[in-house]
Amino acid sequence: MPEKLALKVSGLDVHYKDFQALWGVSLKVREGEVVSVMGSNGSGKSTLLNTISGLLSPTQGSIEFFGERIDGLPPYETVIRGVSLVPEGRRVFPRLTVYENLVMGAYTPRSRSAKAEGLGRLYGLFPVLKERHNQMADTLSGGEQQMLAIARALMSEPKLILCDEISLGLAPVVIKSIYRQLKQINEEGLTIVLVEQDIRRSLKAANQAYVMLEGKVVLEGAPSSLGDEGVKKAYFGI
Amino acid sequence: MEAFAQPLLNGILLGGLYAIIAIGMTTMAGIVKLVNLAHGDLMILGSFLSLSLITWLGVSPLWTLVAVVPVMYFVGFFVQAYLLNRVLGKEMEPPLLVAFGLSIILQNLLLLIFTPDARSLMTGLAVKTIPVTEYLNIPVIYLLDLLIGLTVIACIYYLFQKTYLGRAIRAASDDEVAAQLMGVNTKNIYAKAMGIAIMTAGVAGVLVGITFTFYPHTGPQYLVIAFGVMVIGGMGSMKGTLVGGFILAVSQLMGAQFFGPGYQLFCGYVVLLIVLAVRPQGIFGRV
Repeated sequence: MPEKLALKVSGLDVHYKDFQALWGVSLKVREGEVVSVMGSNGSGKSTLLNTISGLLSPTQGSIEFFGERIDGLPPYETVIRGVSLVPEGRRVFPRLTVYENLVMGAYTPRSRSAKAEGLGRLYGLFPVLKERHNQMADTLSGGEQQMLAIARALMSEPKLILCDEISLGLAPVVIKSIYRQLKQINEEGLTIVLVEQDIRRSLKAANQAYVMLEGKVVLEGAPSSLGDEGVKKAYFGI
Repeated sequence: MEAFAQPLLNGILLGGLYAIIAIGMTTMAGIVKLVNLAHGDLMILGSFLSLSLITWLGVSPLWTLVAVVPVMYFVGFFVQAYLLNRVLGKEMEPPLLVAFGLSIILQNLLLLIFTPDARSLMTGLAVKTIPVTEYLNIPVIYLLDLLIGLTVIACIYYLFQKTYLGRAIRAASDDEVAAQLMGVNTKNIYAKAMGIAIMTAGVAGVLVGITFTFYPHTGPQYLVIAFGVMVIGGMGSMKGTLVGGFILAVSQLMGAQFFGPGYQLFCGYVVLLIVLAVRPQGIFGRV
């Protein structure tokens, strides 16, 4: 039985005006997998995620989500289809409460009707959010905001979640806890793409890994077969 | 002492009218970050719409609200969707210029259609007063303005705090990109927000038409009042709009009583300047 491809990116070119950020990027994510995309700053990882979610349009290439073309669709269309992005820098709504942030996550009609169950599930996954549910989001600590951003992205009942550098600026113990929750969510069937600068943690969590350098994919494969050395060399372009 | 009681009372009542004049403008400025220079003219459009309905159907002004409110929603929606959304971006100037252009077009259009004559929305309530004490009266019209004004502002507050639409508008105001990632079609949301804002302007227009005389060029006068309320109260704040309305109206009327009728506007502006000097973000404004 052929495995279902949750995401298929083929030959993606993305330009910021005259500057080309992505060069022929191709990526495959099977349903239920955790795929990690690694690379240093400026390698194009965020651009890739932003293009998949619809914030950017590619100049060349295609993006297929469960067989349907989604390249060029605006974010409000990709969310409806089940793609959810946890953006770089979290971007929680600072002047809305934790509760209101989560409810905003369930904005699409499909998730709105499941709002109550969604809240119950996510408060269970991240109890600290339940504690602080009436607080303004900008009063939360970095780790709590990251949990809120992830929980919010999950409220839309996505089939695929894209995480852009969720460990940035967080204490190791917090990162460990968040990755544990992600593992649990993945075991429940959610497909995850993780963009990280932290190689070790990425490789540990992933079924499949890609390394990007200057807008191109330079290495791909299962973490076990890649080996730390190979990854590090590709990462730094050695 | 007695001489100041009536202007104070009138000021408080009129403050409600000032608040509803300003509420549409302050929500757009505070939340969508758009200063609508055509707000006063759109309000007067509402007054003239009401006038047309009265002339055509012979109903009393308050009944015209049934038609004016929905029509003004669509006016606001279209203005945002087809004019202002196209120039919303990082620069402040294009939306200001487009709104200014709209203001000029509206004034001249109204002039063309309705002639420069003075107008008023006639109602039997115009001269009625409720006596409070032997020297203090409540003009019924001012009381009506205050009650309707408070009701509208309460509705707007409820909309922004408790509904999906209101929350989506606030979220888009906090972080437009993040709101898009939630599935919010932000351009559409801004159009709806403007629709709501101009709806309130329509109600304000009918109330202004009942309370005062108006001309096709009266718009900018009320734009200035809206600005004043917004500056004193703080952009985007409901409480601020009410408080700002009261302060501006009371200072205008008390000033007129103290110094003479010619000083009415002047005293309002002096208070405006004081607020700008002492607390530039407005009483309830965010820093």
